[in-house]
Amino acid sequence: MSVATQNLLYLVTIICFILALRFLSSPTTARRGNWVGAFGMAWAIGVTIARPGVHVNWRIIVGAIIGGAFGAIGARKVKMTAMPQMVALFNGVGGGAAALVSLAEFHNLAPLPGRLHADISTAIVLSALIGSVSFAGSMVAFAKLQELLSGRPITYPGQQVVNGLLLAAIVACGLAIILGYEHQWVLVVLLLGSLAFGVLFVLPIGGADMPVVISLLNAFTGLAAAATGFELNSNVLIVSGALVGASGTLLTMLMGRAMNRSLANVLFGAFGQVQAGAGTGAALTGTVRSVNAEDVSIMLSYAQKVVVVPGYGMAVAQAQHAVHELAELLESKGIEVTFAIHPVAGRMPGHMNVLLAEANVPYTALKEMDEVNPEFPQTDVVLVIGANDVVNPAARNEPGSPIYGMPILNVDQAKQVVVSKRSMATGFAGIDNPLFLDPKTAMLFGDAKDSVLKLVAGVKNL
Amino acid sequence: MAHYTLFVTELTILVLAIFLGIEVISKVPTLLHTPLMSGTNAIHGIVIVGALIVAGTADPDLLTGWVGFVAMILAAGNVVGGFVVTDRMLEMFKRREPPKKDEGGSSGKS
Repeated sequence: MSVATQNLLYLVTIICFILALRFLSSPTTARRGNWVGAFGMAWAIGVTIARPGVHVNWRIIVGAIIGGAFGAIGARKVKMTAMPQMVALFNGVGGGAAALVSLAEFHNLAPLPGRLHADISTAIVLSALIGSVSFAGSMVAFAKLQELLSGRPITYPGQQVVNGLLLAAIVACGLAIILGYEHQWVLVVLLLGSLAFGVLFVLPIGGADMPVVISLLNAFTGLAAAATGFELNSNVLIVSGALVGASGTLLTMLMGRAMNRSLANVLFGAFGQVQAGAGTGAALTGTVRSVNAEDVSIMLSYAQKVVVVPGYGMAVAQAQHAVHELAELLESKGIEVTFAIHPVAGRMPGHMNVLLAEANVPYTALKEMDEVNPEFPQTDVVLVIGANDVVNPAARNEPGSPIYGMPILNVDQAKQVVVSKRSMATGFAGIDNPLFLDPKTAMLFGDAKDSVLKLVAGVKNL
Repeated sequence: MAHYTLFVTELTILVLAIFLGIEVISKVPTLLHTPLMSGTNAIHGIVIVGALIVAGTADPDLLTGWVGFVAMILAAGNVVGGFVVTDRMLEMFKRREPPKKDEGGSSGKS
């Protein structure tokens, strides 16, 4: 099979991947799209195995069985709340595979007589570098999300200087290879340095910023795959890598905008640190009004329009199913119920939608921030469950607040607000929330699931 | 200069693919951003092509053999896991069933 024929056959895969992403533009076609993508992948694997020079041996078979089994079991077992960790892990293994491929390529190409073409050596350096950073960074992100490591930013004096020097050393190794110093040990040093850099670069980033980091690492792995494509002269890798790179970059920008933070601020700002100083400016005054579930049940039953604002706290308490039951119950009484989803609700882009879909909430009941914000003034009751920073009016009103300027759900414009919360503790970002002291706001203290179940019982009894 | 021509062609493909990616992905609703991310995750599993080429080398030396083997494990995990988890998520997205007031509607009736 000639190289041209191979590339022609790989074109089928390219078309499948593009269609897969196209089908993702609607929930009705998305699942089919994923199957088209999977077919394209299987096709590419078949074409590669048929290539002259690729011999199916125990490494391929055993490797595929081990990797495939881990992938399949992990993917079937993972809880939807743990999806960000899973995505981080897959980002990492993809990046790691790209880095290993370039290590093997360099090992086999560099001793040949004559210099490597500059584009090939550049591609090898880039895929080794980006792939390793993505692998190590993703593993740290995984550990943070899985709470094996503290979600607090881990910082020490001179951190930026250390990271800067390390990056400079890695780039120097890369340049040496590209300029013709084609020795194996230089690439090994580059790989190890990049792994260390990946760890050091994610450590100071706080848990609240993980959605941005995962998106960014997703883009990195895409770029590593594209670089691997240049090194193997494979169009399918270049196109696939570019598609993933574009997706990761778009999501990173989107997340940054939803938190009103620049990428540089996320990567180098060490969120928690900055907050502590700036957040304590305005002292909050007012009283907290606490209510019980019966009162809230009555309030809900006599409402015409209810908006539920779910946050990650709801998912942690496993209250999604109870919330869905409550929504159905209210709807059966003729009350309009919608769910308001903030772009950064949950721990990764779109996470809250998945968590609610799992609880059988129809996606037609989910509304995005821009769509739901104009509706709050006509809303009788807003039920905030386990969300905090995304409904904090300080983002709109207090220029001194660390989250000032972040787009929020304007729940304080509704007629009544009920906040279900475990205690008065601050949210993920560690900032006080004036919403809780608003005279319109009633606090329903307790575990989210217990509280919602009590509401279900209360509404039923009325 | 055949090699130079090839490189320029590949660079062109890369740039066009990036623009195509931005177009296609900006049409994905925020509702589906998590499946988008896990789906693109599965797509970057295409590095399995590289892993197969390395692991499938005839008579590899020690380093190539082991590196190929590990790359194969990582890439296979990426591909299988990525598609399976995306399918699992997309299966859950349902429209609203026509509203019914009967008792058998929800799973949580007690």
